Amino acid sequence: MKWEVVIGLEIHAQLATKSKIFSGASTAYGAEANTQACAVDLGLPGVLPVLNAEAVRMAAKFGLAIGANVARRSIFARKNYFYPDLPKGYQISQYELPIVEKGQIEIGLEDGVTKLIGITRAHLEEDAGKSLHEDFHGLTGIDLNRAGTPLLEIVSEPDMRSAQEAVAYMKKIHSLVRYLDICDGNMQEGSFRCDANVSIRPQGQQRLGTRAELKNINSFRFVERAINVEIERQIDVIEAGGEVRQETRLYDANKNETRTMRAKEEANDYRYFPDPDLLPVVLDEKYLDEVRATLPELPDQKQHRFEDEFNLSAYDASVLTASLETADYFEQVVKLTNEPKLSANWIMGDLLGALNKNDLGIEQSPVSADRLGGMIKRIADKTISGKIAKAVFDAMWQGDATADAIIASKGLQQITDSGAIEKMIDDIIANNPQQVAQYKSGKDKVFGFFVGQVMKQSKGKANPQQVNELLKHKLK
Amino acid sequence: MTLKKQDVENIAHLARLAINQADIPSYVQNLSDILALVEQMGAIDTEGVTPMAHPLDAVQRLRPDIVSESNQRDYFQQIAPQTEAGLYLVPKVIE
Repeated sequence: MKWEVVIGLEIHAQLATKSKIFSGASTAYGAEANTQACAVDLGLPGVLPVLNAEAVRMAAKFGLAIGANVARRSIFARKNYFYPDLPKGYQISQYELPIVEKGQIEIGLEDGVTKLIGITRAHLEEDAGKSLHEDFHGLTGIDLNRAGTPLLEIVSEPDMRSAQEAVAYMKKIHSLVRYLDICDGNMQEGSFRCDANVSIRPQGQQRLGTRAELKNINSFRFVERAINVEIERQIDVIEAGGEVRQETRLYDANKNETRTMRAKEEANDYRYFPDPDLLPVVLDEKYLDEVRATLPELPDQKQHRFEDEFNLSAYDASVLTASLETADYFEQVVKLTNEPKLSANWIMGDLLGALNKNDLGIEQSPVSADRLGGMIKRIADKTISGKIAKAVFDAMWQGDATADAIIASKGLQQITDSGAIEKMIDDIIANNPQQVAQYKSGKDKVFGFFVGQVMKQSKGKANPQQVNELLKHKLK
Repeated sequence: MTLKKQDVENIAHLARLAINQADIPSYVQNLSDILALVEQMGAIDTEGVTPMAHPLDAVQRLRPDIVSESNQRDYFQQIAPQTEAGLYLVPKVIE
């Protein structure tokens, strides 16, 4: 049986406001437990929520960026459930009339294929606190600092057909909220997390299969793995004659498996109703126009500009614009070097490679855009070859010297004096008559041997083009 | 709409209410009566009427994004049954 995978994602993006969505308590991460939980966040009797204007503005900005309807009128609802990190016994969220509805976003897949993913809705809600299940004499510790932090829950259509597509979508949303500056995107701190609804159905069947919801996945790598393990599990269950149950499952990264957290039927009766403490939020055209005017250049626009302005391939441009930080870094390097393609190659190759290997973001790069640009200028003006540049790059990565200082102190300048190179070539030809004879009898491959010898003698500093030309001439 | 005993038990469970088995028949009756009363409203023609989200005809006021609260943890935790390391302690929620 051929199975088709159907995936929808719910992404929770913490909005980067200073204060909470319904109270004046700080949202700063990492404070001592419960020092940022005020009477409203604790749900003490007699308090009233007052909506944060900035949270509304950020949600509207997101809606406009994905071409969605930003509701002129939206309402808040209470989602009722009991859990110790939810002091009120309900979460203020949106159910009917969310602030953002019906948008879409384009994701890039392998070999340049793109796909539109529908976004059903995005709504505002408050985050819950944190439960610490370490042993407090058999009790659970509750930290309510996070309670009331504004979240934008972004719900996709079940449009994705593989774990790779789900990851591409999640990365695209991540990139977008960073560009819009509405979320810090920090996945370790939980500012950007995702639940995945996964089901399978026989290829060609219209009706959706029963889905399982994978909770709280907080890295791109885990999303892909969790979904793939879950797909395999569902196929095994069905092919063994069983049925997939609708339930919430938790991904265990250590064991690389998903397991039942709770069955849906007992958990999902939230009895939503409009929150009487909050009035409808009404946004007018003038307000939306003002928000629209603050939209920055978005990832897709930037990608197209990079293709046009710098003559880059769609692939290069998409990699360089995937994050705002990478795009800014690239533009700074190009400003210095005026060498878009060479700069793109170095950033996408050696720089991103080294950053990935060390698990660093480009904003934490030991090699600044200025220093990388300085080195690329020296490749462009032929002071060093691309090969020598790798050694210069390594030295820049290790220390904080500029490329020029490294080139000078290690004597890495290319030898462009053709007299010196000619002298080397003459010696090599004289010392290797056998290879010369082979070459002259038509074995073109031997040419590489001569190039290698020259590079070896010059310690890699001879200009490769010059070596090629001179060799060809001398061996004629 | 008439509720069943099981509906009442389910509602009580969702609301975390402990109820006496003996009282359930009267809850079934009372809650069903309330629902019957509400059902009468179904007869009214509401075609073209925008559902009301709030009894007041007013619009939500927004608050500027300013941190106005300071740390009052010690004060709030005076009424907590048990605290440790700044945390509220509650019965264990997962095994």
